[in-house]
This record gives sequence, structure tokens and C-alpha cells, in this order.
Amino acid sequence: MTMLVTRKGEFSASHVCRIAGLSDAENRRIFGESAHPNGHGHNYIVEVSVEGDPDPKTGMVIDLQELKDAIEEEVVGPMDHRFLNFEVEPFDRVVPTTENVAREIWRRLDARFQNAAARLAKVRLFETADLYVDVEREGLRA
Amino acid sequence: MITLTRRYRFSASHRLQSPHLSDAENARIYGKCNNPFGHGHDYRLEVTAAGEIDEVTGQLLPLAALDRLVEEQILPRFAFRNINLDVPQLSERVPTTENLALVIADLLEEHWRAYLDGTGARLYRVHIQETDRNGFELLIARASRPVVAEEESVKSYA
Repeated sequence: MTMLVTRKGEFSASHVCRIAGLSDAENRRIFGESAHPNGHGHNYIVEVSVEGDPDPKTGMVIDLQELKDAIEEEVVGPMDHRFLNFEVEPFDRVVPTTENVAREIWRRLDARFQNAAARLAKVRLFETADLYVDVEREGLRA
Repeated sequence: MITLTRRYRFSASHRLQSPHLSDAENARIYGKCNNPFGHGHDYRLEVTAAGEIDEVTGQLLPLAALDRLVEEQILPRFAFRNINLDVPQLSERVPTTENLALVIADLLEEHWRAYLDGTGARLYRVHIQETDRNGFELLIARASRPVVAEEESVKSYA
């Protein structure tokens, strides 16, 4: 039976949501306070779920160390205590909204698990306790 | 698939008492929640939208518009209210959190287009935590949104 295994990571980072070429007023209308030019920060929490069948010998869907390393190397390491717009690809040209950061985390981890026994099923990214974005494999809840 | 979830809070009172049941049955089924004087909760409401990321703004929907929808059309009906007495949609139905989720989903659907038309985002899920221990989740059937399109296509064949 397919099961989901979820591991949590945390990183604190700053960002600013602005579209180059738009006026201050337009950016403020679209992004609200997040458009303030000097940036601001969040304590992001990411929950990463992989899916697979428990291995008959080990009883595990995935070696948790492998999942922990993936989150550390692909997400927490590169993003923790960074200014996303200036220091993390592709946010020099892609607006680091919660949606885009979640999608980028999905992209990085999905590539990582291409040849693993378990595959990436879901990424949930909390920007604050009251706002989160889920990116999940099509058909996950079917 | 990508979804965005926003959490809101409201405090309200209610009493679980079904007109279809005797007093003894109500007391047995609803227990403490049947207390004649009612009681209250700090509800946490999660509204989830599904859609596509706009490649220019990087947003699934404008967050401020979703906040306005909930803050103008949902929260004022429930916050600091007695649900049995102050919410007409629940005056005849037991204000369980299940029924509350159904009413809130209907209200969100009713007002969705006025606030979020043109975003391509649709209501996907309503989740209510009545307490830290009790959570209720309603997934909105995919069919509930494209019905208009289906009706239109039926008409065009007629």
C-alpha cells in the first residue's frame, strides 16, 4: 500500500515582491505590504511528503536520512538566512511569492527523487501560520 | 496541482439541539454541546483555492481580494455571534461544524466571482478547526465550478 512520509524543515529568509517596470503604486496594489522595496522576512516552514511502498525488509518507505539530507541540501542550506531575491536562483527574475517559492522547492526536490524508490508527492510551504501553499502530484487525492 | 490556503479566525457560540430528536436523545447524542445555554469556540477557518500561478505576478490569486471576500462576506456573519440565533442559514439546521462548513462553502461560492472573477482560481476546500482537537474538512466537488460551462455547452448543442 502506498504511504506518505512527511518531514519538516524550517528556514528564515527575506524577500520583496515587486515586478520590475511597474510603478510603486501598482506593485503595492498587487502585493500590498510585501512590495516594500527594502524587503522583509519570514520564518518559512516546509513540509515535504514522499510516497511509496514500505520496503518489505526495512519497513521503510524511504531512509529518513535521505529525506533529511535532500531538504537540507536543496532548500534549507541554500535559503536559510538569505535574501531570496538577491541570493537564491531563480528569484533574481521570478517574484518570490509563496506560490513561486513552493514551486521552486518542488522543482528542486522532484529532480532529486527521480531515481529514488520513493517519489515526491507534496510540498507544503508555510509563509506564516495563516498562509500556506501546497504543490502536489496530480491525482494524489484521487 | 497547486493550492493556496489562508487561515482566518472567528469566535462564536452555538448549541447543538436537533428539532427531530427528543430532549433525552439530544442530550445523549450531543452531550455537553447540548447545554441549554450554549457555549462558544474560537473557530479557525481555512479557505483553500486551486488554480494556476499567474506568470507575471507569481500569484494564484490576489491575496488581498481573498481577504476582502472573507472579511466582508463571511466573518461578519459569524464573529461574536450566536450561530443558532444570528445565522439564518443555521436557524433550522443543527449548527454542527459540518453544517457550518457547508454554509460557509455556499457563501464563498455565492460571492466568489464578485471578488475573484478573472483570476481563474476556484474554491477547493473549506476546513474548520472548532478546537485544537476537532477539525472538519469539506472538499468542493470539481463539478461545482464548471457547471456553468457545461450548461452553456449543452445549450449550444440544443
